[in-house]
Amino acid sequence: MTAVVTETPEVSTMDRVRTFAARRASVLPTLAAIAILIVLLIGAQVEFGNFLTPRNLSALLLDHAYLLVLAVGMTFVIVTGGIDLSVGSVMAFTGILGAQMLASGIPVWIVVPVMLAGGAAIGTLIGVLVQYFNVQPFIASLAGLFLGRGLAYVVSLSSIRVENPPILWLQQTRFLIGEWYITPTGIIALVVVAAGAIVMAVTRFGRTVYAIGGSEQSARLMGLSVARTKVMVYVISGLCGGLAGLLLTAYSGAGYPRYGIGTELDVIACVVIGGTLLTGGRGYVLGSMVGVFVFATITTIISFMGAEQAWTHIIVGALLLLFIVVQRAIVARSDRQT
Amino acid sequence: MTVDTDVRPLVSMRGITIAFPGVLALDGVDFFLRPGEVHSLMGENGAGKSTLIKALTGVYAIDAGTIEVADEERDFASTADAQAAGISTVYQEVNLCANLSVGENVMLGHEPRGFAGISWNAVHREAARHLASLGLDLDTRSPLASHSIAIQQLVAISRAMVLDAKVLILDEPTSSLDRGEVEQLFAVIRSLRDRGVAILFVSHFLEQVYEISDRITVLRNGALIGEYLVEDLPREALVTAMIGRELDELSALSGAAERAIDRTGTPVLSAEGVGRKGVLEPADLDVFEGEVVGIAGLLGSGRTEMVRLLYGADKADAGQISVGGERAKMHAPRHAIDRGIAFSSENRRAEGVVAELSVAENMILGVQAQRGWMRRLSKAEQDAIVAEYMEALGVRPADPTVPIGTLSGGNQQKVLLARWLAMQPRLLILDEPTRGIDVGAKADIQRKVAQLAAEGLSVVFISSELEEVLRITQRLAVLRDRRKIGELDPTEVDLDGLVDYIANAGHTERSATR
Repeated sequence: MTAVVTETPEVSTMDRVRTFAARRASVLPTLAAIAILIVLLIGAQVEFGNFLTPRNLSALLLDHAYLLVLAVGMTFVIVTGGIDLSVGSVMAFTGILGAQMLASGIPVWIVVPVMLAGGAAIGTLIGVLVQYFNVQPFIASLAGLFLGRGLAYVVSLSSIRVENPPILWLQQTRFLIGEWYITPTGIIALVVVAAGAIVMAVTRFGRTVYAIGGSEQSARLMGLSVARTKVMVYVISGLCGGLAGLLLTAYSGAGYPRYGIGTELDVIACVVIGGTLLTGGRGYVLGSMVGVFVFATITTIISFMGAEQAWTHIIVGALLLLFIVVQRAIVARSDRQT
Repeated sequence: MTVDTDVRPLVSMRGITIAFPGVLALDGVDFFLRPGEVHSLMGENGAGKSTLIKALTGVYAIDAGTIEVADEERDFASTADAQAAGISTVYQEVNLCANLSVGENVMLGHEPRGFAGISWNAVHREAARHLASLGLDLDTRSPLASHSIAIQQLVAISRAMVLDAKVLILDEPTSSLDRGEVEQLFAVIRSLRDRGVAILFVSHFLEQVYEISDRITVLRNGALIGEYLVEDLPREALVTAMIGRELDELSALSGAAERAIDRTGTPVLSAEGVGRKGVLEPADLDVFEGEVVGIAGLLGSGRTEMVRLLYGADKADAGQISVGGERAKMHAPRHAIDRGIAFSSENRRAEGVVAELSVAENMILGVQAQRGWMRRLSKAEQDAIVAEYMEALGVRPADPTVPIGTLSGGNQQKVLLARWLAMQPRLLILDEPTRGIDVGAKADIQRKVAQLAAEGLSVVFISSELEEVLRITQRLAVLRDRRKIGELDPTEVDLDGLVDYIANAGHTERSATR
């Protein structure tokens, strides 16, 4: 064993880092995600030369608005220690339902609330199964996944074009800020992120979500409304699924029952990469947004390279693995302190 | 047992009866709790203490009787109901959220809210105020998980004060605290008592009960034995009240310690310098044929860790183990089982019984695993083993087909003992085999261990009850702070001597580095 000679570190700085690490260990994975995002963006710029353009970065948000909305809902569920596998099919179902209703001439001001309510209804079903029938979230939301996909096929087996002006307006309008642009769908996604972040940070409901993730038993004994909160997180996730259905319909100009197959796994990956602990109790909505941007950047880089999109999943999978290991290490460290 | 009644009870429980399938957990128990007193609820395991507490906190519904809080009859449907009526509970395992900050844990559900939702500055200010009123100065923004169990317990009490609790129930709050921490807790309890809070205290440490209590209520087998002022109840009277006539059963066992052991031959198990970094400092231990070796020490002193290393449940990173004179590598329980070593874990529920399987299946599990799954025991062989041990250990009910989960703790323990004995080990490691079981079962198990040892079985016996260790072992290894500090001959020390040795022997240099 050779002794490694190290320079004596500046004690004050080290101490400050240590205090920060002890107090805010839960933001470390999110900081790591931000670091990876920055490395990816700079790397892509160096490689391609034309990556960090306002146009490209604006498209990053625009192309993944629906993913962002789903990730917000998923963050609530995962922080309670649950999981929601239904979001991809809920998105497809509400999308095709909306397209079908619009095609039958039903006014848009009825269609949009129905889409949102449809998503929330499936979410409620999952929440009730989890809370009152004590079904594992994995199983309950798997049932929701099949239900949503089945209902989507019931509505239509083929794609239905959407020609409704207000829906198309969501996607086609571009508010320009210099070279940058943002669509109403992008604005909706950012508003959902902001709302989610605020609810998680400064409402009793949001804090109950964290408390349940920390220890459901304790939360109950502390007199918090555990049952209502646990149902609500699935309702929120379902609602986000419905909203994502609307955004995706606007984005693609059509409803299609095969949209979103496997999207739930992309969403979970984004949330975990963004620093949310799969076992619950720790995580941030803003972190999930970073996770989505990491995912979006990887997708874009792959298409810049002209490579197979299958590589996206390989890289995202590797990142996911890395993050789960990092999180385990952080949790193990903070457990050892007690 | 006359008790002064000049103070009006804040909580009056009368004729409380709770029945579980096949068991009358509480039978017409009366219990009164007055403001400004610390009232201890005493009884052996299974006496009904926790059932009574759960009735008061709304966890169990009562089958008969009345509960009055502040002269109002109550029927609690949930813990939230009980909390709303001013009854807060702090449990042995702290029921807080380790992922959140100290301040948030104190205030959760009662956070001050401003125009823009929860005002975090106000939350931490309020929390700091509540903590300060209990004499605690903590960084309220630090995560709860970064504090010791003792501090977490005090945080839980602070939380109860936020709820404006008039009744505070402390269920075994001191079981994992060291002496200084207990003092800190008691100071807080006293200050709350002086503010008029009614405190219900449960602990199995008699010293602590006498130190803090004003009044004691004793339960036995689900029935009320009596309510006493602490000065009217000497310790012997309390113990007699708690365990009744059964005390005699245990004392009949004494004498095991005098049995002579031949320590000249090859030890059955010999450990030299076995240790693991951060778990146990390297230690030696020999166990000879027919010997019962006790491992004594406080909770957390490394007792369980030591036997887990010997058994191979955890891998030692130092030292050498020999079984019957042969060097043996113990990297997995399999290695130990193959050499005739059996280990009964202290964690009966998680690492012992398979609750859904029957008594017979639970007993057979060990033998079957030893033989390998390819060589199934025939039905006749199984029945023979089961019948033999049901009889030998006196398992009740005497029906091997019932699921083991329905048996009392003591009977479950007997079944586990049978599981290991059926494997006919040379060495049996018992980690807390008598914890949480009634006196009768305890006596049965101790008697069986003594008998088996006399027949040549070697036993390593761990128990928190030092009297038990002194009574049935022929040699004692004493651990402290994850270090073996020495060996004692149980015929040469009494209980006080052992306690003194654990507390003071060896070095006295480090005073709690935690």
